[in-house]
Amino acid sequence: MKVIYTDVLIIGGGLAGLRVATGIKGRGHDAVVLSLVPPKRSHSAAAQGGMQASLANCKMGEGDNEDVHFSDTIKGSDWGADQEVARMFVHCAPKAIRELAHWGVPWSRVHRGDHAAIINAEKVTITEKDEAHGLITARDFGGTKKWRTCYTSDGTGHSMLFAMDNKAKQEKVEVHERLEAISLIHENGRCYGAVARNLMSGELVAYVSKATTMATGGYGRIYSVSTNAIICQGMGQAIALETGVATLGNMEAIQFHPTAIVPVGILTTEGCRGDGGLLLDKDGYRFMPDYEPDKKELASRDVVSRRMTEHMRKGKGVKSRYGDHLWLDITILGREHIEKNLREVKEICENFLGIDPAVDWIPVRPTQHYSMGGIRTKYTGESQTLKGLYSCGEAACWDLHGFNRLGGNSVSETVVAGMLVAENISDYLDSDESHLTIHTSNIEKFVKIESDKLDALLTKEDGEDAYVLRRRMEEIMMDKVGIFRNGDDLQEAVDELEELCKRSKNIEVFRSKSRAANPALVNAYRTQKMIKVALTVAYGALLRTESRGAHSREDYPERDDANWLKRTITSWPDENQLVPTVSYEEIDISKMELPPGFRGYGKDLTKHHPKTAEREIVVNAVKEKLEAVGESRFEIQNALMPYLDKLPKKYRAINERLGENI
Amino acid sequence: MSESKKQRVLKISILRFDPHDPEDFPHMETFEVEEADGMTLFIALNEIREHHDNSLKFDFVCRAGICGSCSMLVNGRPTLACRTLTAKLDEKFTLAPLPLFELIGDLSVYTGKWMRGLNERLETWIHDKEEELNVDKLEEKMEPALADEIYELDRCVECGCCVAGCGTAKMNPYFVGAVGLNKIARYQLDPRDKRSDDDYYELVGNEDGVFGCMTLLGCEDVCPKDLPLQSKIAYLRRMMLKNTL
Ligand SMILES: Cc1cc2nc3c(=O)[nH]c(=O)nc-3n(C[C@H](O)[C@H](O)[C@H](O)COP(=O)(O)OP(=O)(O)OC[C@H]3O[C@@H](n4cnc5c(N)ncnc54)[C@H](O)[C@@H]3O)c2cc1C
Ligand code: SF4
Ligand code: SF4
Ligand code: FES
Repeated sequence: MKVIYTDVLIIGGGLAGLRVATGIKGRGHDAVVLSLVPPKRSHSAAAQGGMQASLANCKMGEGDNEDVHFSDTIKGSDWGADQEVARMFVHCAPKAIRELAHWGVPWSRVHRGDHAAIINAEKVTITEKDEAHGLITARDFGGTKKWRTCYTSDGTGHSMLFAMDNKAKQEKVEVHERLEAISLIHENGRCYGAVARNLMSGELVAYVSKATTMATGGYGRIYSVSTNAIICQGMGQAIALETGVATLGNMEAIQFHPTAIVPVGILTTEGCRGDGGLLLDKDGYRFMPDYEPDKKELASRDVVSRRMTEHMRKGKGVKSRYGDHLWLDITILGREHIEKNLREVKEICENFLGIDPAVDWIPVRPTQHYSMGGIRTKYTGESQTLKGLYSCGEAACWDLHGFNRLGGNSVSETVVAGMLVAENISDYLDSDESHLTIHTSNIEKFVKIESDKLDALLTKEDGEDAYVLRRRMEEIMMDKVGIFRNGDDLQEAVDELEELCKRSKNIEVFRSKSRAANPALVNAYRTQKMIKVALTVAYGALLRTESRGAHSREDYPERDDANWLKRTITSWPDENQLVPTVSYEEIDISKMELPPGFRGYGKDLTKHHPKTAEREIVVNAVKEKLEAVGESRFEIQNALMPYLDKLPKKYRAINERLGENI
Repeated sequence: MSESKKQRVLKISILRFDPHDPEDFPHMETFEVEEADGMTLFIALNEIREHHDNSLKFDFVCRAGICGSCSMLVNGRPTLACRTLTAKLDEKFTLAPLPLFELIGDLSVYTGKWMRGLNERLETWIHDKEEELNVDKLEEKMEPALADEIYELDRCVECGCCVAGCGTAKMNPYFVGAVGLNKIARYQLDPRDKRSDDDYYELVGNEDGVFGCMTLLGCEDVCPKDLPLQSKIAYLRRMMLKNTL
């Protein structure tokens, strides 16, 4: 048995994992990163839009600060987010982006003087300040009051990930590529690393560590169509779940993006509609004004996605071998505009559809896009129930996003959370608590269990075909646990997934029997795990009888704070159970800085919690009193909901900002 | 996107070999796949894996032309498979793994390992001798045009196509390739990297670097990101020649 010892095992080499590793090395500890793919190929590279940080450098960002970013984030989350976590996040985002600038990200910069922009389909001229020239600029993004989304041209995630990976190389972070964690090693409620499988040789390796970090990204691929990379299969959530000890939070919170191309699900930017593109049905009819007379194509992401789905359900979709879709028409913008302002859309159309968007309509449909749920952690990033297991990035639910994340907040989250988790783990390693106490025999036991499972898959006869089960799971999720949800469909989904879960215990790897590099074997064990993850999503969605953020129940259209201002917690304590165990965690209104309110789309149907009004009175009184005596925004904030003590000391200082303290 | 059109049946010949199987040897195998609208090699290969041969090895991650995982030879030419539409190919075509890199099996090669070695060798990170950064302070300014220029070179996805298409790389395994030279050009442009021209000369002012390049420009033709490799290599060469004088 091959055993590798390290201080910290980091599973995942995306932005989150690499930032944790770099921080831990910086504190003088050892770290090993495992990744399915070379880190620079991680899904983080795909983020094109940008990273939110309230720098307030550009004209349209003037007046921005942590308070505005905080309020946007909480509203976006439909009050599901943890407000202390959101505060920690918005406070550290400017620090994280400045650090990345130092490490080499070529952020797009402010250029002094006039430039043209299109706002609400109208051409306007914006004049940038002299003193901001050369500082990091930002663009507009859905759901933000200010232009706060910093970017590098059309490749933000790519540049961030490359800079981060290069930094990790400089720090000599050890990365073991093409190694897949397939189970966690744990004993008496503490995690001691993972069993990993080498995807090239098939060898099983036990990585034994004092602390383990799960930075494995999202679980979008449990849906048949997703904008996510194909490796975003929820393996991190699954192996955490399979410990029976660690818990997952809000797994039913799934974001859909309205305009991904058909069939491959690649995203076309919101800018298409922002600039005046239209959505058309099979008859070439513009249907959005019928549903949303006010905002039409420009309603928020989740609203447009829901309307498109509604329209297709009425039989108005265009039929294709890959299922129904609608059209995105940007021909009306003209070739010049498309080639200048929508370069990447044009490239995607050419390379993936073989069409010219200046002439042809683009086939699009709403597509799974982001996983708000994940491994439930405390604000420190440590699992609430499994000591020594940490998680951050899209894999985690520490709960920054609640039931809907804002675009641009997630790459930002990866680096901020990575920064904080690295410090928290390092503190833990510096304490006596962190000593390794697990017996070798127990480590061996964990490896043997995995080895036996692989043997079973390869030797089984008359078993099930993993591809069949997986495709069925993906369809169920898409059709019944999608954009619109209702009790009947969700019940059917849960029942059928339960059946698939049972059948998945009987999977056989046909023909391809190698224990080394073998895609069929990989698909077999991942399918078993993915079905469990799908069940946490479907079951959580079935039980949540309200609509909040991206979770939209046709049979319960109102947000119900009185009964549902709480997080869904799922776990899998007995490996023989076929549905997850569910419990709930109350969200305490009496501690909120921003008591629950109206998110601002459609009609306000919220059933308010009795404590909301009480808390509003307290918050308003504190604000009035302190404003009257001229206290700063920092002091007022601190009086409402102190959070600085939760941050590592090195990250507590006030951020410099043009026009505020410079 | 019309449906009535009669679909072609593609005949895809793939160079197959599993180095982990002592009995296997490199051989061609042909699969037939019914074409569909908008079909890319990503879709076609997955159909083969799912319906014809589940042991077929290949690497896709983003399937959107972003991550650089899926480079292979399509009719002998290095390119990203995921953004290759079958409609742009003849009914019969061949796929082979990218040469010059470690073969994992079939179409799967280990470009990542080669790139790691390259990055470590050329120390492709910002070299800054100063103290630790104070993250509370305003970021250092940079000319907007310079930031854009750096980004243009930063767009390399380390796919390895330029290496596979390079005559020098074939003869000299230590040659850094267009990818390596482009990286040096990128850092040389970046004022945050405090390395001197002498430092860069140490790294690539030799036969494994800029003087090994025969400027035949196979690299620029095949780079899926259309990086200006030709002009950057020429620029580096001039700079390095000056340095030798
Ligand atoms: C098309 C698209 C565009 C986006 N655009 C934006 C945007 O503009 N702004 C924004 O803020 N967000 C955006 N997002 C979201 C954002 O990109 C992701 O949330 C974020 O990058 C996730 O980073 P991560 O480090 O958590 O995970 P990832 O980057 O997904 O990395 C996961 C890592 O875990 C590894 N891994 C997984 N499972 C295992 C295992 N079992 N064993 C070992 N290793 C494993 C993988 O190899 C990988 O290295 C976008 C997402 C998509 C799909
Ligand atoms: S110009 Fe020719 S020799 Fe030089 S790197 Fe490019 S392909 Fe190789
Ligand atoms: S320079 Fe171009 S071809 Fe070479 S690795 Fe980079 S992206 Fe690929
Ligand atoms: S799979 Fe990412 S570039 Fe082809």
